[in-house]
Amino acid sequence: MSAPHPETWLRNTRAGLFCEPGGFHIDPLRAVDRAVITHAHSDHARPGHGAVLASAATLALMRARGIAGASERAAAWGEVVRIGDVDVSLQPAGHVLGSAQVVMEYRGSRAVVSGDYKRAADTTCDGFVPVPCDVFVTEATFGLPVFIHPPAGEEIARLLASVALFPGRTHVIGCYSLGKTQRLISLLRTAGWEAPIWLHGALVGMCDVYERLGIALGPLNQASGAARGQLAGQIVLAPPSAVADRWARRLTDPVVAVASGWMRVRQRAKQGGVELPLVISDHADWAELNATLDDVGAPEVWVTHGSEDALIHAAGLRGMRGRALRLVGYGEEEG
Amino acid sequence: MIAFAALLERLLFAQARTAKLALLRQYFAATPDPDRGIGLAALTGDLSFAAAKAGLIRELAAERTDPVLFALSYDFVGDLAETVALMWPARPANQAAPRLGEVEQTLRTAKKGEVKAILAAWLDASDASVRLALLKLITGGLRVGVSARLAMAALAEMSEGRASLAEIEETWHAVAPPYASLFAWIEGRGPRPSAGAAPVFRPLMLAHPLEEADIAALDPAAMRAEWKWDGIRVQLAAGPGGRRLFSRGAEDISAGFPEIIAAMEFHATLDGELLVMRDGAAAPFAELQQRLGRKAVTAKMQRDLPVAVCLYDMLFDGGEDLRALPFDARRARLEAWHATTRPARMQLSEMIAFPDLTHLAALRDGARAAGIEGLMLKRGDSPYEGGRTKGLWWKWKRDPLSVDAVLMYAQRGHGKRSSFYSDFTFGVWRADGALVPIGKAYFGFTDAELAFLDKYVRDNTVQRFGPVREVAPGLVLEIAFDAAQASPRHKSGVALRFPRIARIRTDKPAEEADRLESVLRLTSA
Repeated sequence: MSAPHPETWLRNTRAGLFCEPGGFHIDPLRAVDRAVITHAHSDHARPGHGAVLASAATLALMRARGIAGASERAAAWGEVVRIGDVDVSLQPAGHVLGSAQVVMEYRGSRAVVSGDYKRAADTTCDGFVPVPCDVFVTEATFGLPVFIHPPAGEEIARLLASVALFPGRTHVIGCYSLGKTQRLISLLRTAGWEAPIWLHGALVGMCDVYERLGIALGPLNQASGAARGQLAGQIVLAPPSAVADRWARRLTDPVVAVASGWMRVRQRAKQGGVELPLVISDHADWAELNATLDDVGAPEVWVTHGSEDALIHAAGLRGMRGRALRLVGYGEEEG
Repeated sequence: MIAFAALLERLLFAQARTAKLALLRQYFAATPDPDRGIGLAALTGDLSFAAAKAGLIRELAAERTDPVLFALSYDFVGDLAETVALMWPARPANQAAPRLGEVEQTLRTAKKGEVKAILAAWLDASDASVRLALLKLITGGLRVGVSARLAMAALAEMSEGRASLAEIEETWHAVAPPYASLFAWIEGRGPRPSAGAAPVFRPLMLAHPLEEADIAALDPAAMRAEWKWDGIRVQLAAGPGGRRLFSRGAEDISAGFPEIIAAMEFHATLDGELLVMRDGAAAPFAELQQRLGRKAVTAKMQRDLPVAVCLYDMLFDGGEDLRALPFDARRARLEAWHATTRPARMQLSEMIAFPDLTHLAALRDGARAAGIEGLMLKRGDSPYEGGRTKGLWWKWKRDPLSVDAVLMYAQRGHGKRSSFYSDFTFGVWRADGALVPIGKAYFGFTDAELAFLDKYVRDNTVQRFGPVREVAPGLVLEIAFDAAQASPRHKSGVALRFPRIARIRTDKPAEEADRLESVLRLTSA
């Protein structure tokens, strides 16, 4: 008997991707009985599930966000967990701390759901491990050839050059609380910035979890405690929404920076009132997406969210069958 | 050109003038000659390459990228040069990114057929930021919001007191790219470059708008009044070393106005207003506009749109600098000089006698002649100082006219506004009940109002013509404008001068917007 094609046992439902012989959803969009969660971003990890399988770090981050499932099962990288008739295991995705790919084997047929991922080095999470498979389900947030992320170290060097050029101004970087914040801090530390980094209150909780899980971030101060003028010459991290809000009045003549893969396209960056766009992303760029297709060597690629058309076209050029899965509801949080 | 590319990128996003100045200063200080001089010329628009155009970039894209991926990318990015810069599949090259000086020199001497291969090699050797700078540079579209004056201000700051902005402006037309002698002077390594006998630009003296609050403080006896003409402010500089006509932005516009240059048979520097004039009467600005921005001008244009200068002031008489003299003394010198020199195409600005400000205000409001915007008030004892010194010269524009019009069409803006419908065509009701367009406005609104208008357009579109959307007639806009002119070229028969959106009248039903007859009554012949 030949192995069943994954399209016979893995399908798109209104609640998200559903593995029928396992009876579980992956990153479901609504509360379900059994969920496998790739990572703790709020568009992938939603509240109200019954049993949740995820990496230990993802489960810890979900608890900190107050969205833990009724019961939890932590899986180590590569540990096989049998759910229904399916062997499920997790492999690192390199997106944020705890982020995983979901590997599913059913009667000799293997499908891998990438979740969100990147291939660039990141000291705050384990790096992506390619797993050969029959069907690779990939994201395509930056699925256009114009999206090539420069080395993150170069972008941090541009930030520090700006800090040196405008020593009297506060550099405030708009970034999300989970993943981007800690990666920026880590990149700054690697670049030699040892001074305290100032945080908006909304970013503190996730940084605490990272530190508890063993990711050292160095000295962090709460920006709300800063005296008038104290933030001149300092680097402050804040959620993007706070940068344009009254909260930002405590900053001194701020240089507004945003760290995101979208900053690669100038007119897009310019619409947000950004003065210093930094192209730093937690997602794979075009080159990484394509390299990953080659690495996993799957004859068939399903593209979930992002710019599907271009990636499917590129897959076709190298003889892979591409298909748009048109999952909705993802990609709202990060860039 | 790595440093230049980084500068362009930061300038594009910098908003504050002080930030732009700091960025320019740092670039000029850290970049060697001749690269920084070429960079300066590129920023001020004094550099142009005829060899490479958009078509060439498309050809390169077609040769090196997949057509489907290119189309999808271009659709997303919306800008040809940026799309190519971002997705260029660089072939590893054993070559460094080109220096700016090298780019300029190579393109200046390259034959047309060679340019494509040269450009491809440069793109291969560069990162995306340099590729974009390169493509924007050679197609002439830097658009980073740096005027020549701002670049000069950065040089003045960099000189640490050795050169003032006014001195640099006066020196500007004596130097040429790559400006080695200018930088040597700024950095204290060389003398101030001399213009020799060549005519140079002297910074113009500018006026402040007169607000209600300022009027009470004015001493009528100390003030002189003249008409504020609606042309373009110019400086005429002539002498044994040549003749030049400068715009107020220090741009040399001599080539567009040969008849003025021909009439400058004197040795003096004069301040005046360039106007289209027939039989001593100034024509509306719209006519002058047809002659602006031209590198050359036809005999027919010179005949159909005859220009002349209304003289306001005299800065130099021969080699004598009059700028420290009071206005009254300079005016006397100007009158005496005009009486003896009798230059063609130049008349004196009329001095308006007035017993008091009430009388003057009445004159201002009564002046609806086509070429007049309002009044200028100048202190009789004011020296001629470049820039905008408060309290010496005032401009007192007459109140704008206004009309309530209906929004008809909208088009997306450019650059920062490319995602917004921000160019609005509006119209008024004709006697037969038809709505006829009378003009287009793209400013006057706040960001919040723009967001409202953008949404209104999207929600009320009835038809699309390419980038233009037709909007159901329902929104009334109060349009302010400086003058209305009868115009056979417009369907409505009227053209507005300087229209802007004064208010969004959501309170007013579209049927109650103005009628065409009432707009026509506002026109001046």
